[in-house]
Amino acid sequence: MKLRLSDEDARFRDEMREYFTTQFPEHIRTKVLNRQELSKDDIVESQRALNAEGLAVPNWPVEWGGRDWSQLQRHLWHEEMQLAGVPIPLAFNASMIGPVLAAFASQEMKERFLPKTANLDIWWSQGFSEPDAGSDLASLRTTAVRDGDEYVVNGQKTWTTLGQYGDWIFTLVRTDPNVKKQAGISMLLIDMTSPGLTVRPIQLIDGGHEVNEVFFEDVRVPAENLVGEENKGWNYAKFLLGNERVGVAPVGTTKRWLADAKKVAGDRLNDPVLATRVAELENELLALELTALRVVAHSAEGKPHPASSVLKLRGTELQQAVTELYVDLAGPWSLASGAGDGSETPGWARVSTPQYLNFRKASIYGGSNEVQRQIISGTILGL
Amino acid sequence: MDFTYDSETVALRDAVRALLGKAYPSSEDRRRVVEADPGFDESVWTRIAELGVLGLPFSEEDGGSGAGPVEVSVVAEEIGRVLAPEPIIESVVLAGGLVAAAGTAEQRADVLGRLSEGSTVLIPALLDSGQAVSASGEGETVTLTGAKEPVLHGARADELVVSAVTDRGVELFLVKGDAEGLTRTGYRTHDGGRAARVELASTPAVRLGEQGDRSATIEEVLAAARIAYCHEALGAMEVALSQTVEYLKTRKQFGVTLNTFQALTFRAADLYVSMELARSTVMWATLVLADAPERAGEAASRAKAIVSRTSRHIGQEAIQLHGGIGMTAEYSVGHYTSRLTALDHWLGGGADHRAVLADGIRDHDVLEPLA
Repeated sequence: MKLRLSDEDARFRDEMREYFTTQFPEHIRTKVLNRQELSKDDIVESQRALNAEGLAVPNWPVEWGGRDWSQLQRHLWHEEMQLAGVPIPLAFNASMIGPVLAAFASQEMKERFLPKTANLDIWWSQGFSEPDAGSDLASLRTTAVRDGDEYVVNGQKTWTTLGQYGDWIFTLVRTDPNVKKQAGISMLLIDMTSPGLTVRPIQLIDGGHEVNEVFFEDVRVPAENLVGEENKGWNYAKFLLGNERVGVAPVGTTKRWLADAKKVAGDRLNDPVLATRVAELENELLALELTALRVVAHSAEGKPHPASSVLKLRGTELQQAVTELYVDLAGPWSLASGAGDGSETPGWARVSTPQYLNFRKASIYGGSNEVQRQIISGTILGL
Repeated sequence: MDFTYDSETVALRDAVRALLGKAYPSSEDRRRVVEADPGFDESVWTRIAELGVLGLPFSEEDGGSGAGPVEVSVVAEEIGRVLAPEPIIESVVLAGGLVAAAGTAEQRADVLGRLSEGSTVLIPALLDSGQAVSASGEGETVTLTGAKEPVLHGARADELVVSAVTDRGVELFLVKGDAEGLTRTGYRTHDGGRAARVELASTPAVRLGEQGDRSATIEEVLAAARIAYCHEALGAMEVALSQTVEYLKTRKQFGVTLNTFQALTFRAADLYVSMELARSTVMWATLVLADAPERAGEAASRAKAIVSRTSRHIGQEAIQLHGGIGMTAEYSVGHYTSRLTALDHWLGGGADHRAVLADGIRDHDVLEPLA
């Protein structure tokens, strides 16, 4: 038992902090710190800058650009990025499809996709959820029927985040309808410029365009785009979703938001009711961060600790609680989300309600918090 | 940053678990012991001393074994697991901690030596009640007048460490259990423990250490005690949660076990989440106490605030998920809730510690846990 980081880990953290706060493109950090939306170009520039430093995909195998870091060092890298306002590498590339390809794809497929995936030369979209397959993902109905050297794909995916920017989409498709639902699923990589594939935006309650529907009508996909083996897609998906859960509790970002909330609150912190609310949030976040450190220390290589469900559940609750705090701090200003540049309403207040509404998503995606409770009660408690 | 115990700490934990598990194999055994005065088992006290637990944190010159907060924390968790009624944290961490911090070398060797070998039950009396205790007279020997309440295990104490107001601030004094002018009115507490009203009327007392205000020392010792009590609560919460989970797996209603009802299993999942977050925070507080003691007061408040909320969550739900059986004295789980309620309100409740944290929110930007 010890509190302090080892000298080596402390040095590692300082190096990360140094790079993120002095070398990384300043204009992108400024946008993030001001809670402004990033453009596609910002996200691409950010990932390429990180990739050039070997900091985009440290969780990958070393031969594909990964770093031989300890779990704790990965955690420190992840936290320091968030604290500095550096965007996390695009999850679809860096923490979803990349590790799956590195673990399960053919050598040829790895060479074809992994370098471009790390550098965001390919923007990946995620094609998992369907209108009738949300938490019950394995009941998905999009089909892929083999026809010579190709699969013919028909069906619909939904909640495709930033699908409007996607070059390729990794999909779960049904290749065998006659077996147990999990056993008939394959993972297929599909070029989003393929004929028969259309992307349609879904407007969300915050007024933004973040997610999409993706339709497949007789989309012909070369059979070589199958990941791993046919009908083994569910295994790859579980591997991917396990990884997704780990990074989904953005402690550092929430800490930074809360620290900034104290700044915008200013003298209002003299109000003991507000001060106690902030103090409790800080303390709950501390408990979350410490739990993340405990989970990090006990994660076997590549396998998420079952308690990572705790991180997802509580991490998203606290993220939401801080967005709620901003709306309350904004008070009547929180209605001024449409105000233009001539307005006296400060930027943080203008974005407070759209962000509050937007982050209701956090307890739904990445395995809804109800799914996490199911995992905890079933896998951990044996209920 | 490392949250794992070394093998020596694990061995200590196992030894304490074996001793206390044998002493209190079921909650009925504990119930029998706490029915009769002094509210704990004197022979268990002796065996705990023989194991070295009562001298754990004291230096070897003072008769102890020089262990640190981590060792104390695993003992406290074992106390919590079986609700052991012996006043170990009161004696060792609080009263012993005050003597270790404030006493002269001679006082330390004498008092802590006897405490370590189990021949004295040393009890702290810090909370004034009505007339605050004040000291009169100069030099080493003074007299104390005033009242303290509640003093946990105050009636059984062989010796008391009493705080008293003097011209210099607050100082600490040793009072013998049979001292003149000392009146102790003992009673049961709701959790099976014992407390007393302790009245002092020109009672002779010996000053601990040199003359001078001891407020800072008292705060430091209180921080260590708060953290130790949080570990006791962790042990109790862990058992209350696991008993509740077992009950959901075995209790049948409507022809099926209760774990078939998602309304119940989801609540158990929420209890687990609370438990893990509390465990992380409390273990961290112990690490702060060991490695960055200048932050121990803050860490103790953080741990107390989290444990207050968690112990209510787990204590209340443990009874509710058991149903009527959880209300009975014959069944164990309600005793855990009672003890957790006592711990929650001892040395500052959740609201007190949240207020402390609220006062400090402008002392930092983001909160850094890694010292």
